[in-house]
Amino acid sequence: MNARIKYRIGKSTGFKALIIFLAFACVVPLLAILAFIVKAGITKINWNFLTNIPKPVGEIGGGIANALLGSLIIVSIASLIAIPVGVLGGIYLSENRKSRLAYWCALSLDVLQGIPSIVIGIVAYFWLVKPFGGFSALSGSVALAIMMLPVIVRNTEETLKLLPDTLREAAFALGMPFHRVVMKVIVPCGVSGIISGVILAIARVAGETAPLLFTAFGNPYLSASPLKPMQSLPLLIFNYATSPYNEWHDLAWGASLILLAWVLLLNIVTKFTTRRWKVQL
Amino acid sequence: MDTSVDKTVITRRSNSLRVITSIKTPSFVKTNKRLKRSYRQIRTENAFRRTLVLMGLVIVVLVLGILLTLVVQSIPSIKSLGLGYLWGKTWDPVRDIYGAYPFLLGTLITSFLALLISIPFSFSVAIFLGEYYPKGWLPNLLKNTVELIAAVPSVIYGFWGLAVLVPIVRSFESSSGIQPLGVGIFSSSLILSIMIIPYAASLGRSMIQMVPSPLKEGAYSLGATKWEVIRSVILPYTKSGLFAGVLLSLGRALGETMAVTMVIGNTSLIPKNIFSPGNTMASVIANEFTEADKPVYLSALIELGLVLFLVTVVINMVGKKVISRFTN
Amino acid sequence: MESTVVSSTNFNAWFGSNHVVKDVNIDIIKNNVIAVMGPSGCGKTTYLRCINRMHELIPGATCEGKMLLNNEDVYEMHPIFVRLKIGMVFQRPNPFPNLSIYDNVIAGYKLNGIKMNKAEKDKIVEQSLSKSALWNEVKDSLHKKGTFLSGGQQQRLCIARAIAMEPEVLLLDEPTSALDPISTSSVEELLHELKKNYTIIIVTHNMQQAARVSDKTAFFYMGELVEFDNTKQMFTNPRDIRTQNYITGRFS
Repeated sequence: MNARIKYRIGKSTGFKALIIFLAFACVVPLLAILAFIVKAGITKINWNFLTNIPKPVGEIGGGIANALLGSLIIVSIASLIAIPVGVLGGIYLSENRKSRLAYWCALSLDVLQGIPSIVIGIVAYFWLVKPFGGFSALSGSVALAIMMLPVIVRNTEETLKLLPDTLREAAFALGMPFHRVVMKVIVPCGVSGIISGVILAIARVAGETAPLLFTAFGNPYLSASPLKPMQSLPLLIFNYATSPYNEWHDLAWGASLILLAWVLLLNIVTKFTTRRWKVQL
Repeated sequence: MDTSVDKTVITRRSNSLRVITSIKTPSFVKTNKRLKRSYRQIRTENAFRRTLVLMGLVIVVLVLGILLTLVVQSIPSIKSLGLGYLWGKTWDPVRDIYGAYPFLLGTLITSFLALLISIPFSFSVAIFLGEYYPKGWLPNLLKNTVELIAAVPSVIYGFWGLAVLVPIVRSFESSSGIQPLGVGIFSSSLILSIMIIPYAASLGRSMIQMVPSPLKEGAYSLGATKWEVIRSVILPYTKSGLFAGVLLSLGRALGETMAVTMVIGNTSLIPKNIFSPGNTMASVIANEFTEADKPVYLSALIELGLVLFLVTVVINMVGKKVISRFTN
Repeated sequence: MESTVVSSTNFNAWFGSNHVVKDVNIDIIKNNVIAVMGPSGCGKTTYLRCINRMHELIPGATCEGKMLLNNEDVYEMHPIFVRLKIGMVFQRPNPFPNLSIYDNVIAGYKLNGIKMNKAEKDKIVEQSLSKSALWNEVKDSLHKKGTFLSGGQQQRLCIARAIAMEPEVLLLDEPTSALDPISTSSVEELLHELKKNYTIIIVTHNMQQAARVSDKTAFFYMGELVEFDNTKQMFTNPRDIRTQNYITGRFS
């Protein structure tokens, strides 16, 4: 009997060892990637790199200023579109849980969340590029805004749903109209959850390439016009990484490091804001 | 309930979004400037309610619009190529031959291979965090790190794959007598498998944590080892939840574009073995969309996008259905 | 001649198809304290919430009948007006967690966007907090958030918030059921003072409390108003057998 039990315990311990090994092993590729990008990119970053646009092949120097500016502009415009629609949509779903429209809206959001980013790029092309005859940063922003919506709406809805009903009751009992109850009481109490949703959404789209392939398209020059094609960090990385030129590879490494650092920073910030909100409540 | 009463009675569903239409001003309003203000606020309240409903509508219309656009733009292709398009084995736009089979195959192989590779890791993380060490700083660190895997942009995975993984695979191939391309189905499956680990892992972890303690305690009290409890209580209980996690990872894999495009070799030939180059539906769209000079060519690509859309939506919906049934 | 402030005629309320308040007729006189008591689920809280139209905030809730405030039907005006004249204090103290004590008291003005200068605001805050016997305890920490106060203090803060709006009627929904005995008695003492300026309707689970604080008592049972009489009369010589059973503890 003893031998059998020993065998069973041994099997259990062996399984545990296997699980621990596999669980931690899957993190190794990530760490390897991070280490490699840091190593490959850190030497490429300097003031010159950040403030110049790429030079033609063969010339040394050059930088990614157009991509940095481009990413900033595209993501900012996307946020301007997605945040109002997303937050109001989240408020709609949290204040109105039983209507038929709310059901279809929630279903649509689930569908939206699962759509591959390249498909959204295709649709944005037919909505905003083809009719107007040219690629534009604006069309890219719209594609990104569509991708940001589910994240923002979900986070807003979850945050506001968690607030106790007594808060709403106290506000209504003071004679407040509905819009003030929502905007002056409910939303301020849930603001950190909403913000963390927005940051998450930005982190998600900052690194997206596929939706920009046929919308913003890329631009070798520094441009700030939303109606013209625009470069962005992920686009630049894609184009230059797959090119045969070593100088462009260097640019892509530097850009990768910056993009990676930025995205990881945003994600880490979200973790801290979410925690703070939980404690407050 | 008798609704045919006194006309001064207001019997209505108190849906908070119902716009309030009866605004008889009570006498005390006129004597109080403060209360007169409220009268104006009522109009704002109605406008606000209408705006909220509008936003809900916008979201629904948006999704319908996406579907509609895809369908409408696929029509030329559907009309001229018919359904045989999906089984066509040759993709040669120059000669106007469009067959999507190579891409369907490429997508299926890469996604399922990636799933196969990543599932043991995903489930290990799920079991480790869900059952062995749900609390503590180290497990928390692991959890956050695994979640960061999903945060890294796919183009960076692709670039790393191109620069690091592909040469490794290439040297492996040349020492094994296979054509040393480096890029191909195998490399892209590898990269994809790393990328999709977090999805099944995090969903699996939540599902495992939901197993009721009494169930586990019953098994322990009979002298079962941890492994036996996991095998005979936890895994059967969370079967459907874990399956939903797999579906989530699969949905992600099917739609992944950039990393795959950079590492798969981009050829329209049917892959002969897993080291051959190939293409997935997403990667062929990414590569050839801007070069599609003929309407049918473009439409054929859009049709691929439509197929991709439908498949990923179905998989995600099934996954969500499974989860909601499991949690109820 | 005493004037009737709140009056219900043939008032009914439902949650969906559940008939929870059945044909209630009551006249409430100015500056009275009316206790509404009855066993759990008898409709007393629902009836209270119908007076200031909080009942309809719940999806599926409906009502019928006349509810008059100073002879004007409350259901014919916009709920905002109603709630400016009828204040409410809830069972669990619910000060706004993101506002300071000062801001909580004038929340009814501030969150409604009504602008006042600092002198006016200070005056209202001091008066309301004094009337709810909280001024001395918090006057030095007016700008701290209200959540550090004890349960009894939070509830008095909610009372101050309600009376800052200068309502005519105060509705209290089991205001002391979540409080300890000392806080409970401080709130009850408050009611004696408050009734000089307001008409108070208090729902209570606690018969002794009803006997202590109210002038008149209404006894609800299974949605019906069984008896409504002077408190002394009801507790010493109830007319209905159901009231008798409730008071003597046959059911609760």
